[in-house]
Amino acid sequence: MRLCIGGIVEPGTTLANKTGGWRSFKPEYHYERCTKCGLCELLCPESCVARGDEGYYEIDYDYCKGCGICAHECPTGTIEMVLEVK
Amino acid sequence: MSELKAELKVVEGSYAVAHAVKTCHPDVIAAYPITPQTHIAENLSQFNADGELGNCEYITVESEFSALSTLIGASATGARTYASTASQGLALMHEALFNAAGMRLPIVMTVANRALSAPLSIWNDQQDSIAQRDVGWIQLYAEDPQEAADMTPQAYKISEDRDVMTPAMICFDGFILTHVYEPVALLEEELTDEFLPPFNPEHILDPKNPETFGAFADPSIYTEFRYMQELGMREALKKIDPVAEEFREIYGRYYGGLLDEYRLDDAEIVLVAMGSIIGTIKDVIDEVRRDGIKAGLLKIRSFRPFPLDAVRKALKNAGIIVTLDKNISIGKCEGALCTEIKAALYNTRLDTPVVGYMLGHGGRDVPPEIIKKIINKATRSMKDGLTIESSYADLKEEFV
Amino acid sequence: MNQRSPKTQPLFAPGHRGCAGCCNAMAVKFILRAIGSDCIVATPTGCTEVFSTPYPESAWNVPWIHSLFDNIAAVSSGIESALKALGREGETKVVTIAGDGATVDIGLQALSGAFERGHNITYICIDNEAYMNTGVQRSSGTPYAASTTTSPPGKRSIGNPLGKKNVPEIMVAHGSPYVATTSVAYPKDVMRKVKKAVETRGPTYVHIQAPCTTGWGFDTHLTVEIGKLAVKTGLWPLLEITNGEITGVHRIRKKLPVEEYLRRQRRYRHLFTTPEGEEVIRELQEIADRNAEHYELEL
Repeated sequence: MRLCIGGIVEPGTTLANKTGGWRSFKPEYHYERCTKCGLCELLCPESCVARGDEGYYEIDYDYCKGCGICAHECPTGTIEMVLEVK
Repeated sequence: MSELKAELKVVEGSYAVAHAVKTCHPDVIAAYPITPQTHIAENLSQFNADGELGNCEYITVESEFSALSTLIGASATGARTYASTASQGLALMHEALFNAAGMRLPIVMTVANRALSAPLSIWNDQQDSIAQRDVGWIQLYAEDPQEAADMTPQAYKISEDRDVMTPAMICFDGFILTHVYEPVALLEEELTDEFLPPFNPEHILDPKNPETFGAFADPSIYTEFRYMQELGMREALKKIDPVAEEFREIYGRYYGGLLDEYRLDDAEIVLVAMGSIIGTIKDVIDEVRRDGIKAGLLKIRSFRPFPLDAVRKALKNAGIIVTLDKNISIGKCEGALCTEIKAALYNTRLDTPVVGYMLGHGGRDVPPEIIKKIINKATRSMKDGLTIESSYADLKEEFV
Repeated sequence: MNQRSPKTQPLFAPGHRGCAGCCNAMAVKFILRAIGSDCIVATPTGCTEVFSTPYPESAWNVPWIHSLFDNIAAVSSGIESALKALGREGETKVVTIAGDGATVDIGLQALSGAFERGHNITYICIDNEAYMNTGVQRSSGTPYAASTTTSPPGKRSIGNPLGKKNVPEIMVAHGSPYVATTSVAYPKDVMRKVKKAVETRGPTYVHIQAPCTTGWGFDTHLTVEIGKLAVKTGLWPLLEITNGEITGVHRIRKKLPVEEYLRRQRRYRHLFTTPEGEEVIRELQEIADRNAEHYELEL
């Protein structure tokens, strides 16, 4: 790696740092209860929830740290935090 | 050495500098008043009021710290930037000085050299800029208003060079040079346009290419970033001489590059100094030479980067070296030039004695008699083979 | 799963080193979502800076600069001035995103200067109410009685002895055309106010309360819940002040007792275990009641 003068960095490069390994609990969707409201996507501090093909939301486990905000705030109880099995 | 072509005009030193800045077309100027720099800021402000600075944003900030911080933001956005300051103001910038250098932002700043408090003193010495020796800025010292003005486009050219990208301070003695009225060839805008290309940095803050500036470095890479600053300085070292030559070609004036020499060829006693005392020293050298004393002068123009090889070469035939410092490292009782020159001679085969004198602190006048006295002492010391440790040349011992 | 490339990813990318449940990461996400990509962001030293930009990585997909801890408003002034001087002003927003230490303490002078000069910038303070990056020391944004590592409770201490500095009011006093307070627990409120701030010409200020899981001491899933309690108890009123006049107040349906907010956080635990605590809770209730009365918070 050649250093850039002044420590300038390319944008969005933290993608190289997969933070999924930090997780002890894992959010899992029970889509039958989901109203596709998108609150989980909005609140996620990792920006790792995205709207999938059918409008349901999906989590990128490469980055999810398992904070549990999505599950706790979900108005319909769609998301369940389960113990991470490694 | 200078061969003035242009028409001379009697102006104040600060005006000459402000006028030179104007011809460099800075995009952003940050100004905060501090004596004895204030007239530069005032003159630029009048140019701005009269619409002579083009699109330049002239910002009257609330402190010197914010002055430099503002320029950090502006320079990173691609603007050519300028500030002037002195003394306490420069000290207040300390943290931001490191930052600007580390971020490789080629800000140019004039320092109207002044003593530091306490006790409060508004008068000249060079403690302020010398105290900033290690911040990573290029430091150039001018002998007179003309040189300070002429150094301005040169400083931009050196600093903004893609291989250098290092900020520069142009130091010139407060009051002695900032407030003196003397004939100066004001820089012609067309010549500066010919000499100085527009600022065109490789990286800028721009939504079209959203780069990150100012990331933090862990121990695995911090040293390398610091070393890259050293490499930038080495490039500056290579460029200061040729830029001075280019300046001579276009404007017809020359003061030396990294350093300048005066009657040095056959000199046994070599005085080393920076700034406005150069003029006095040259007069004294002419005088003592009439009495058969072979004295000469080495003028340091670039203190950072320090021209180690050029200094060694210039001093190789000296019988004794005398450094004159308008600053002191308290606890070492030695000025910065003294320390640098001693260090430069080490690891060479030379064991030329170096005598350090500090003088002219807090605005104390440096009359020719003091320089003469110093030369006489050095002559005796050279003959007797006695060592003289660094000391004040103008201390009033009866007061302490 | 959607493929992530630097081109299509969010403006604040995953992979940053913020704690799980990080309030700052949430705030930054909401801010950038409101502003879009045509902006330049300046951030001082602090949690957000450190967890988002360890060389050679950056979470930022907008142009971003960090200079020092204490100068970010001045740096932002310089960016705005440079854009003007270079004729690149256009629609590009200059936005400062700073923590409370950098805003209400060490950078306050630079902030005052930038607002007094009237630069067209939006300064956003993400206030997690202490110096979290250095290990939870009190700032002048730390509320009364909160325990921090430099305001610990003890035989002669009930926690932070001083009240929270009201910096939004200070910015109003600077003549700012738009000042707002909001909370990460109300993302739509944050986004609306940030959008309004960047669309208002002149120096605008948004102060976002951000409950910090690590510094305040609550489980990572509670960031939003704790933030809502601060608002619902009246301890953190959500306001908009336009040209010096209060033009927006987030009303509370039923004001909750402050105990419900305090009890959930480790930083106030000592109030429930010491005899002096009861009195302090009463004092904190009075603060909430005064807020409710002053800003007419209750519906």
